[in-house]
Amino acid sequence: MLTEHAKVMKALAAAGEIAGRKKLQKMIYIAKKLDFPFYEKFDFHFYGPYSEELTCRIEELCALGFLHEVKEKKSGYVQYRYTLTEAGEQFLRHYDWDMPGLAECMQALNEQNARFLELVSTVLYFEHLPRDEVKAKIAVLKSKQRYTEEEIEEAYAYIDTLRSQCNNKARV
Amino acid sequence: MYSGGQLDEEKVFKDPVHRYIHVRDKVIWDLIGTKEFQRLRRIKQLGTTYLTFHGAEHSRFNHSLGVYEIIRRIIDDVFVGRDHWDHSERLLCLCAALLHDLGHGPFSHSFEKVFRLDHEDFTQAIILGDTEVNAALRKVGDDFPQKVAEVIAKTYPNKLVVSLISSQIDADRMDYLLRDAYYTGVSYGYFDMERILRVMRPREDQVVIKRSGMHAVEDYIMSRYQMYWQVYFHPVTRSAEVILTKILHRAKKLYEEGYRFQTEPVHFLSFFAGNVPLGDYLALDEAIILFYFQQWQYERDPILSDLCQRFVRRRLFKYTEFHPTNEQMTRLIELRELFKKAWIDPDYYLVVDSSSDLPYDFYRPGEEGERLPIYLLMPNGELRELSRESVLVDAISGKRRTDHKLYFPADFLEDLSTKRTVKKKIMEILKG
Repeated sequence: MLTEHAKVMKALAAAGEIAGRKKLQKMIYIAKKLDFPFYEKFDFHFYGPYSEELTCRIEELCALGFLHEVKEKKSGYVQYRYTLTEAGEQFLRHYDWDMPGLAECMQALNEQNARFLELVSTVLYFEHLPRDEVKAKIAVLKSKQRYTEEEIEEAYAYIDTLRSQCNNKARV
Repeated sequence: MYSGGQLDEEKVFKDPVHRYIHVRDKVIWDLIGTKEFQRLRRIKQLGTTYLTFHGAEHSRFNHSLGVYEIIRRIIDDVFVGRDHWDHSERLLCLCAALLHDLGHGPFSHSFEKVFRLDHEDFTQAIILGDTEVNAALRKVGDDFPQKVAEVIAKTYPNKLVVSLISSQIDADRMDYLLRDAYYTGVSYGYFDMERILRVMRPREDQVVIKRSGMHAVEDYIMSRYQMYWQVYFHPVTRSAEVILTKILHRAKKLYEEGYRFQTEPVHFLSFFAGNVPLGDYLALDEAIILFYFQQWQYERDPILSDLCQRFVRRRLFKYTEFHPTNEQMTRLIELRELFKKAWIDPDYYLVVDSSSDLPYDFYRPGEEGERLPIYLLMPNGELRELSRESVLVDAISGKRRTDHKLYFPADFLEDLSTKRTVKKKIMEILKG
């Protein structure tokens, strides 16, 4: 019961604090693509993979008092920060299962900025295509972000590192 | 290849929402005639909603034609000749509009949850695979199926084209709100679509709305909000959906345990195995699902039999409001134990359903970079996000509203011929 909510909360608990809804969306998407069992459905949107289901779930968790949401005004836009509340921590105690490797993965992702995570998640979205085609897609679909060749290569390298870390953790 | 591309004579479909749906392009006519598109006649647009609103028997076929017609009007009547609009994309838009829901299966929301499928993957597979739809699209051009698939997947380079089919104010939403309101018989789904179409303007990356049309958009947002809570989230519909989901779970579990079905679930085998070929997917429609539910009423397994009887005879679960605070979660764990003592399996008969479990949303402006909001085109050419201009939209999009319900079989619990004490205790807890 409410297992999918609990999974999202486990991810947040591991990350500590997540600054920005976009970042949160990309972190869960990347974790899902790394085979962590998140079942929120993601579509490709203007800013990369996005899940309406995840947005609703986060709203519910905030409404239940399990997540603390702080709205911050940045220059010209609004950003939201998320942390687990004490009630949220208590709620998680009802779920004694673990997702091996998730904590390390979320912490690693949280160290990256939203722009880079947007690129990583976009690379993962088109992962089934040859690398040159992925680069061409990014050049067209993400033209405003002006990602460089080096950044795209960095994203690929980052995905490889994350995968090997997650695989090792899952085996331990 | 299509020579000329136009039919000798325009074809029209009578439609209760748009009055007429006009078809002039040969490829559209051919696509409508394909077996994959005709299959949509056998898939209801609103799944189990007909068990609450008996008029809601309309199909994804009707809706797909409706989305096509809205796009046709936008392109042919409003966008043609305007800046940012590339008229060579016309046929691509029309085909994508017509085919955007092609991969939906029967009761697709429950099916996707239980079998971990995504109808959008099947839409892509039908458009790109060895199908009649693919053959019709290829008559336009070898790369045309790929382009249509990309528009539907929202990865096509021209974002204006994508936003017509899929955005916060797109042809898909406009058609389903009006159509669902019409067929359910509710009055609050209506808004002035003609006015919205007239004030839509193409921009480089998306469709925007002229500031003078803001009130029509407010009406659309209100309609979306009302339909969300009054129709899409209706607790009785959700009860039917919960039972449907549990039937599929039960059938899958029984199959995995080697249970001998009286009516073998031959159409489900690849779904149970987690590897569904396109042919199997297309072979399944609502008539087939309901056939199995009819037959499974008489299975020896008491849970499968009971759940199917409930669905077929509309003997649905009752519900109570459930706010899953820590206190309520403890109570839920206690309830699960009591259910077991009453010989009622809580995995099938005690279900929490949340608003995030449903595939609908209402308008939120969101955060920069989260997803694209609705923009108004101001008289000075500036773009302003809708809720910054509209007090009404700001009021409803700023409020967070979520909903959780706990479903249970009241009839089982009210039958005190067995396990009287424990059932009384359960009812006391459920009544709060």
